[in-house]
Amino acid sequence: MNMSETMQLIPFLLKGAATTLQVTALSVLVAFTVSFAAGFCRLSKWFWVRGIISAYVEIFRGTSLLVQMFWLFFALPLLGIELSPILAGVIALGLNYGAYGSEVVRSAILAVPKGQMEASIALNMSPWQRMRRIILPQATVMMLPSFGNLMVELLKGTSLLSLITLADLTFQGMLLRTFDSSRTFQIFGLMLVMYFLMAYPLTLAMRWLERRASIGRV
Amino acid sequence: MWSWSFTWEILPQIAAAIQTTILATIAGFAIALIGGLLLAFGRRVKQKWLSFLSACIVEFIRSTPLLVQLYFIFYGLPAIGISLGPFAAGVLGLGIHYSAYLSEVYRSGIDAIPKGQWEAAKALNFSRAKTWSRVILPQAIRPIVPVLGNYLLVMFKETPILSAITLVEMLLAAKMIGSASFRYLEAFTLVGILFLVLSYASSLLIRRLEIKWGRL
Repeated sequence: MNMSETMQLIPFLLKGAATTLQVTALSVLVAFTVSFAAGFCRLSKWFWVRGIISAYVEIFRGTSLLVQMFWLFFALPLLGIELSPILAGVIALGLNYGAYGSEVVRSAILAVPKGQMEASIALNMSPWQRMRRIILPQATVMMLPSFGNLMVELLKGTSLLSLITLADLTFQGMLLRTFDSSRTFQIFGLMLVMYFLMAYPLTLAMRWLERRASIGRV
Repeated sequence: MWSWSFTWEILPQIAAAIQTTILATIAGFAIALIGGLLLAFGRRVKQKWLSFLSACIVEFIRSTPLLVQLYFIFYGLPAIGISLGPFAAGVLGLGIHYSAYLSEVYRSGIDAIPKGQWEAAKALNFSRAKTWSRVILPQAIRPIVPVLGNYLLVMFKETPILSAITLVEMLLAAKMIGSASFRYLEAFTLVGILFLVLSYASSLLIRRLEIKWGRL
């Protein structure tokens, strides 16, 4: 293994890593919004709202991310809707992890002791105040570890976007391989290290945040 | 737009690929069950360096994407003289990836065993192997069976990724039909529906097993 030759691969891969981080940030935003919207809807008092959202959650959790991505990118154009790779990817990632996230939101809100809700009703708080001041601050602490895990999973999930031609880290690596297949081992080794360097700080940050947020609460 | 006759025509081809999907899941799960247990043991040994190494392996595998790990095994390993076919590489990749997740599940089960059980085993002069096989594992594994079952479902849903290393499971079968006929809509929708039906059916099955195990 020639060290300087391996080093030459890095700038090219870094370009892909930048795309990976961008797509991750965008998808996390979408997934986060979807999680809360769907999580709240599943607690709605209307039967049909709960029904529709449960169907969405079951469909996106019951099929795989890659199938959803392929469906959006290859099958949807036949129905007249054409999406760019990045849009199809972000929608698929957002809806897929949003479905998992909605379960996190729902279970955390349900896990807040009932007395808290009753007390805030007794204090004549409006439903908005109850949610914002009493329920959510307590539920958020419980959501942190699961959301941290989901974020790491989402970052890893972006690697699948290379299969619908988005030029992320995985795609750049595959491209390098077609130019020079003799260095395949180094290329994929480097890619693994780069993904680790992106994902592990996220894990550490979430653990730190978790400790901080739970001070005085647990 | 949607053609029913085409859907019926391709159904047998896609259904034939279910077999590979299921076989790969089961073989991968078997590797993950054993690998996860080994990693969980590794984290509890007295030798500091060995438990540190196990922790590092788990964190590294969990922090890198399955797709890249599969590429590494399928395209990268031949460079150092290890060539595997698509099925073997796919099963090995799935198995190793989920070993890391399952080791955490085992760990939670083992950590939940009261300390008195260890002390009692020691007092009865049980050997280390006997303590594990007769006292700790039987108690540790029963409560985590539902979680293990969930991971089986998660793995089943991940098998489409194996299409990226040319293993012909349902998704690659659908892609080949799509690229030959330019009709991706029916093929991919069918794959989605089949996955949904199979994973929903198995989640019901797991729930029933859970109740049965809980009653024992």
